[in-house]
Amino acid sequence: MDFSALNPIALVASLVVAATPLLFAALGELVTEKSGVLNLGVEGMMIFGAICGFAISVESGSPWLGLVAAAIGGALISLIFGVLTQVLLSNQVATGLALTMFGLGLAALIGQPYAGIKPPSFPKLDLPVLSDLPVIGPLLFQYDYMVYVSLALTVGIWLFLTRSRAGLVLRAVGENHDAAHSLGYNVILIRLAAIAFGGACAGLGGAYLSLIRVPQWTEGMTAGAGWIALAIVVFASWKPWRVLLGAYLFGGVTILQLNLQALGISIQSQYLSMTPYLVTIIVLVIMSADRSRAALNAPASLGRVFHKTG
Amino acid sequence: MNFVKTLAVAATAAVGLTGAAFADGHEKTKVGFIYVGPVGDFGWSYEHDQGRKAVVEAFGDKVETTYVESVPEGPDAERVIRQMAQSGHDLIFTTSFGYMNPTIKVAKQFPDVKFEHATGYQRADNVSTYSGRFYEGRTVIGHIAGKMTETNKIGYIASFPIPEVVRGINAAYLAAKKANPDVEFKIVWVSTWFDPGKEADAANALIEQGVDVIMQHTDSPAAMTIAEEKGIYAFGQASDMKEFGPNARLSSIIDNWGPYYVSRVQAVMDGTWESTDTWDGIAPGLTEIGEFSDKIPADVQAEATAIKDAIVAGELHSFTGPINKQDGTPWLAEGETADDGTLLGMNFYVEGIEGELPN
Repeated sequence: MDFSALNPIALVASLVVAATPLLFAALGELVTEKSGVLNLGVEGMMIFGAICGFAISVESGSPWLGLVAAAIGGALISLIFGVLTQVLLSNQVATGLALTMFGLGLAALIGQPYAGIKPPSFPKLDLPVLSDLPVIGPLLFQYDYMVYVSLALTVGIWLFLTRSRAGLVLRAVGENHDAAHSLGYNVILIRLAAIAFGGACAGLGGAYLSLIRVPQWTEGMTAGAGWIALAIVVFASWKPWRVLLGAYLFGGVTILQLNLQALGISIQSQYLSMTPYLVTIIVLVIMSADRSRAALNAPASLGRVFHKTG
Repeated sequence: MNFVKTLAVAATAAVGLTGAAFADGHEKTKVGFIYVGPVGDFGWSYEHDQGRKAVVEAFGDKVETTYVESVPEGPDAERVIRQMAQSGHDLIFTTSFGYMNPTIKVAKQFPDVKFEHATGYQRADNVSTYSGRFYEGRTVIGHIAGKMTETNKIGYIASFPIPEVVRGINAAYLAAKKANPDVEFKIVWVSTWFDPGKEADAANALIEQGVDVIMQHTDSPAAMTIAEEKGIYAFGQASDMKEFGPNARLSSIIDNWGPYYVSRVQAVMDGTWESTDTWDGIAPGLTEIGEFSDKIPADVQAEATAIKDAIVAGELHSFTGPINKQDGTPWLAEGETADDGTLLGMNFYVEGIEGELPN
């Protein structure tokens, strides 16, 4: 085997690009779940964000405007789920699944005129000196801006959840909504905000796919990334840093197996394809084996319906 | 007034319809299609849906078509096929290799419904199979790829190691090798028909390894988009894909299902439908070669056209000996051509391709 042809720098660079959509979507879902809401509609919100971002970028010529539109679009579509589950008290699992199907269909409809169009290209970070450094430059300072946004978002969410009062309130709502309610917090409003934030992040993840990673619009192009994002949140046991780790692990395994194959190293690609899922299952088993640990990690009110009289 | 008019028109239409239905004894022919990807994939499923539209155009009111898109290969496919059979369809096209077993299973339970399975090899009294000899197209574009590569490395994004895909790789390799003895194939299996993100990653991985021409056997135009971005060459797969890579696209293999679908629906209407096995190539028009890009030098274009014409005339077979299998064992002797049975079950690389065929 000749590994010398494998360029580790290029490998890391494409790993990051493959992982970023997952990271955005999983971070959003993390915040939503921390507030006690299980939104299974990540795939639908991602694809809707992908087409919103794509359409607005093409129409306006500005990829930044597209990203803003993707975030707004993702948030709006997630609020449909929010109103249904929080105000009308529908079942979260069923509504989330419906949101996925709705998002896929709506995105396909909106996307009809946009197939085969090239979106405006996205600027990459270009710092004087730093980006030109050998090894360090391409490894750290040559990504598109959204990669840095996603990393900043990880830090921001971690700070918010663990270091801020608002984060504490959000977690309180997720752990015990009745207690939070009796303390005078508006559970429904807080949850709606968390859902909208999750939608906006998923939208950004989708737009990253359609504007930067591929870049094109094709129906159904998220191809299950939303479901992987959901798995990553569980894998990460609801911790932002582990979400980062999980997303890069999932992205890394995909990229590694594709590159090894291009090198001509024969590995059964099925094994590598299933590795991330296998790891998730193992993590789940370990977590549930120790009940007290699992209880510590998962928000206690996750997926439970809140009603003021209840 | 308008309302009354609408009512009158509607009533006339209704009378007209029932009249027609009575006249020939049965109602509209109901035709169903099951696609593995979205109809907007601009590849495989898109072209099948173009075929469905050709049926609608040909028969108008006499036919009713329905389709279900993005149906995963596996247990879910069986449910969708059964639902279609139950809802009164006369003819059902299941358009992906992985639908083979579910199609056969459901067909047993619905002997009065006609089924057509694309790219498979199992038939029954009410199940036909049909496919294109896409490998003929691979011979043409393989030649172009061999001539156009400067790094002598051609990338191939493959989906699943089924005979159809393996055949395509072998045909393309043989043609490319003949055109350019130094050529080397780098093959990446992505284990999916449709995942633009993964297909794009695969294209990037290949380019990283020095590939400057990409062929694909997956359904989305993602690789074409990446090729355009990185300034290398690629070929349209199943559909022309020109708009995704105006500079990158050299040519394409286009699946033209329309005429076949129209003839099969006609057969059901006439009551002459029989279980058949259709495998048509460039000559009957099921497989088409897309227009050549002007990036291809004139002499190479002429050679490619000559290869295509020879295939159409039946003078050239994509698999003509001497060809050895990858392990060096002889497969075809000098001048011998492959029989369809071997081609349909092809599960080996030909000599010269590096890497192990996954199973």
